[in-house]
Amino acid sequence: MTLRRISIVMVAVVMAWVCPHKAEAAAEKESTDNSVPLPVIARGQGENCVADTQFMRRNHMTMLRHQRDETMREGIRGNQYSLRDCIACHAVMGPDAMPVTVANPEHFCRSCHDYAAVNIDCFQCHASRPEPSVAAIE
Amino acid sequence: MNMKRKTDKKNLAGTPTIDPGRRRFLGTIAAAAGVTLAPGVILYGIGVSKPVLARDLDVAVSGDVRWGMLIDLNLCDSGCNECVSACVEENALQGHGRPATDAQWIRKVDIHDPDTGLSQSLPVMCQHCAEPTCVDVCPTGASFKRADGIVLVDRHICIGCRYCMMACPYKARSFVHEELEDQKPHAPRGQGTVESCNMCVHRVDAGEQPACVEACGKNGGGAMLFGDLKNPDSEIAKRVASYATQQIRADLGLDPGVRYRNLR
Repeated sequence: MTLRRISIVMVAVVMAWVCPHKAEAAAEKESTDNSVPLPVIARGQGENCVADTQFMRRNHMTMLRHQRDETMREGIRGNQYSLRDCIACHAVMGPDAMPVTVANPEHFCRSCHDYAAVNIDCFQCHASRPEPSVAAIE
Repeated sequence: MNMKRKTDKKNLAGTPTIDPGRRRFLGTIAAAAGVTLAPGVILYGIGVSKPVLARDLDVAVSGDVRWGMLIDLNLCDSGCNECVSACVEENALQGHGRPATDAQWIRKVDIHDPDTGLSQSLPVMCQHCAEPTCVDVCPTGASFKRADGIVLVDRHICIGCRYCMMACPYKARSFVHEELEDQKPHAPRGQGTVESCNMCVHRVDAGEQPACVEACGKNGGGAMLFGDLKNPDSEIAKRVASYATQQIRADLGLDPGVRYRNLR
């Protein structure tokens, strides 16, 4: 009985990862049966991301790290993979219609990193939400 | 001939060593050669005139540019604090009401000569030295000078040891003691790292002026001028060529990029 229940939950978890659209439905379900909270994946604003979703999941950290050195040390700012753009595009709006900070568990970066138990220090220094004026325009 | 080859090698390595004595000696020799061999011809000026205002952002900054500032103290009023508040606003340098430890990228210094009674006020920030001592002492390579002369801290690898703060003769750097929130996207800054004036590098890259210079022009006395010291057509290069300007503690031989006029 219990084993079957666990396997059902696990299937739900896997399905939610594969199909981001179903994540919300699964997230609603999990609140009733005490399983691990699933990440809330905030979709970006355009049609697609700067690269394929699966590629982004595995490689976003490398892309950001590579570009940060070029931008900071050499002043190259025309590159495509900036943390600032990730933050602006994947902003999650709070109840006050303003983008939430990383203090909110629904924040785009945080929700996944909480789920994967990966601790990131980007936001000790970097802003975790776009400037209000920018958010209002977009 | 031999001397020329040595100079080229030094430039290629990109890490000039501090040897003001040798540099002065070379300068004297070059000047003497200029005077005796070709009077009236500026040998250094050949082929370096390039307007560099709108930069291609896909290309790395180059050493053909050296950003600098010129501050005319006759136009700087001691009661005016516009540059400081513009800096605080631009980079979100919110303090905790503790002046001894709060981050400070630019400050107004009032000086008074008791003999003559002359009082002056000057803004002091990172002087963006050509030979920065902060870069020399940094154990991790976090303190660095960009090719265009802007001295920065790489907070990703800064360990917060504060050697640079000890080494800086201008007291330009601050340590962030407390956890921060609501930083600006263009000005990341965080606890446990050292920071200082970055000449508003995000603005400079976008072809704009630093916030302090803009504020001084708008609401202050218009004392500050920003520009490329290496471009002979730029306003700042023309002005430093036409009248006497001073660097603070020029005797240290660090060759700051910030210059002052009428500092007495």
